[in-house]
Amino acid sequence: MRRLLIWLPLAVFAAFMVTVAIGLRKPAETEIRSRMIGKPMPDFALEPAVASHPPLAAANLRSGKPRLVNVFASWCVPCKAEAPQLMALKRRGVPIDGVAIRDRSEDVARFLAEWGDPFDRIGSDPASRVQFALGSSGVPETFVVDGKGVIRHQHIGDIRPENVPEILAAWEAAK
Amino acid sequence: MIEPGTLQSVRVERSRDTLSSAAEKRQGASAPLGWAPRLRSGRTVVATILVLTSTPAFAQSALPPARFAYAQLEDPRQEAQARALMETLRCLVCQGQSIADSDADMAGDMRSLVRERIAAGEKPEAIRSWLVDRYGAWVSYKPPVEPLTWPLWAAPAVMVALGLWLARGRFRRKTR
Repeated sequence: MRRLLIWLPLAVFAAFMVTVAIGLRKPAETEIRSRMIGKPMPDFALEPAVASHPPLAAANLRSGKPRLVNVFASWCVPCKAEAPQLMALKRRGVPIDGVAIRDRSEDVARFLAEWGDPFDRIGSDPASRVQFALGSSGVPETFVVDGKGVIRHQHIGDIRPENVPEILAAWEAAK
Repeated sequence: MIEPGTLQSVRVERSRDTLSSAAEKRQGASAPLGWAPRLRSGRTVVATILVLTSTPAFAQSALPPARFAYAQLEDPRQEAQARALMETLRCLVCQGQSIADSDADMAGDMRSLVRERIAAGEKPEAIRSWLVDRYGAWVSYKPPVEPLTWPLWAAPAVMVALGLWLARGRFRRKTR
């Protein structure tokens, strides 16, 4: 027993090293999923982000039809990268509303003119309040909201061409 | 973080004393500027200014920071409560920092949210659970007591017990 016990510290140390090695090899999980999936959209009523679009309120999302809510900003580079995919979704008949984070009206207008405008309504969220209420941890993020205003799906990061089918499917499933 | 605009007005030839006193002045009202004392040589100052004034790789908002992102609450007791809470909330974009330590825009917005809610009379733990409901326990640096974290909470007691057990022979020998 004693002879075996002498190896215990070494065994503990080896187990520790193996744990560290596994931890180092596994890339850290950096995506923070919202816990709001399956819950009703938190109540909010935003100011308009641009004069050309009506503002967004939670009540607009209980429209009887599923919609996308795109959390974006004109200063966000990946938001430009996902613009063609949002336009493609719009062409497929998916209604999209926007929440502009910490943005100025003139910047949003320039962004829409340059990268395309898939939005029906755009609300301005100057201090990220709606973003926090949604459990969103960055821009861009896209939420699928069903006709009763319940959040059904969250896409974190820019929508790449290969992500379009999964978002379409989530939108169809929310019908 | 010092906005590029502020630094642009600081001339390159100025000594580091000017820079750090400017930084200290801001420090009173804002998050700690840990890097300020590290500005040793003029070359570092020039390099820092060049980096801060060049087109940023990480895009940032053109809006000024939220109201209470860098401003303290007037009531010192409330500010202390807010401060204590902010130090145990994790920044969402600069993971590994608390929102009290981070200069990210989003952390500033979250500080403002915390201060405004504290000022409105909300309890710190209510604000924490509001955020945990949205982001999961991940957002809090205070681990909850749940089956997943039981080993964590039990570890100190287990360690002490293990130590006593390992040392028991020594005690016996001494009392002999």
